[in-house]
Amino acid sequence: MNKIISLLCGIIFGIGLVISEMINPEKVLGFLNIFRDWDPSLAFVMIGALIISTPIFHLFKNKIKPIFSSNFSIPTNKELDKKLIIGSIFFGAGWGLIGLCPGPAITSIALLNMSSAIFVVSMFIGFYIASKFN
Amino acid sequence: MNIVNFTPLSALTGGLLIGLSVALFFVLNGRMIGITGIASNLLVSKDNRIDNFLFLAGLILGPLFYNFISGKEINISISNSLILLITAGVMVGFGTKLSSGCTSGHGISGISRFSLRSIIATITFMLVGILTVLVTGIL
Repeated sequence: MNKIISLLCGIIFGIGLVISEMINPEKVLGFLNIFRDWDPSLAFVMIGALIISTPIFHLFKNKIKPIFSSNFSIPTNKELDKKLIIGSIFFGAGWGLIGLCPGPAITSIALLNMSSAIFVVSMFIGFYIASKFN
Repeated sequence: MNIVNFTPLSALTGGLLIGLSVALFFVLNGRMIGITGIASNLLVSKDNRIDNFLFLAGLILGPLFYNFISGKEINISISNSLILLITAGVMVGFGTKLSSGCTSGHGISGISRFSLRSIIATITFMLVGILTVLVTGIL
C-alpha cells in the first residue's frame, strides 16, 4: 500500500507544482525579483502548503506509527553548521540563476524540454559531488 | 517596486495540493517529503529505493494528469544558455544535498516541524536567490 501512496503523493505534488506555476522558471524569477517587477504569487504557494502540512504534522507526530508503515522517520539533526549555510548559499545562487529548484526541475521532465533536462542531469552531478562531503 | 503577474488564487490552490501531498505522505508512510533527499538518495542510497522512485515517477506524471484532466497546455519559459543551465544545475544539486534540503524539504516540511535549521536554510536561500536575481538583472 505504501508504494501506491508514494506514487499518488508524487502525482498530487506534481499537479500542485503545475497549478501554482512553480514549474515555470520565469514565474520563480519574478518572485525573486522583489526590487523591480515583483510577482509575489509564490509566497501563496508556501502559505497554502504550510496551512495543511503544519497542523497535520503536529496532530500526528506523537502517534505510535503511520498508517501504512512501521515507524515515523523524522529528521533529528538540529546542528546549525557550516554545511547548512554554505549549501543554502549555493542553492540560492543556482536557484536565482535559472529559476528551478529540485522538485519543479524533475517535474518538468514531463514537458520534454531540453533546457530542463540539461539542468536535471547537472543537478544530479551536484548531488553526487555533495554526497562525497558527508 | 511594481507588483506584476500576480496570481494568488492559482498559487494558493497549487500550494494546498503540495501541502496535502506532504501531509498524506507523513500520516500514511511516515516520512516528511524533501525532493532533494528523495532524488539524491535514489542515486546514492539503497534505503526506500522503490518508494523514492515511485514518488519521482508520480512527480513526472503530475503534469501529464493535469494536461489530461484540464486539457490545458503547460508552458514554461527557461533560459537556453548551456553554461548557465549546467552551472546553476550543479550549484542547486550540490547546495541542496550539502544542506540536506531544498524548497520542499526545508521550506515546507522543515518549517512545518518548526525546525530552526530549516527556517535558517530557507531565509538564506531566499535572500541569496533575491540577491542573485538583483545582480544578474544589473549585469
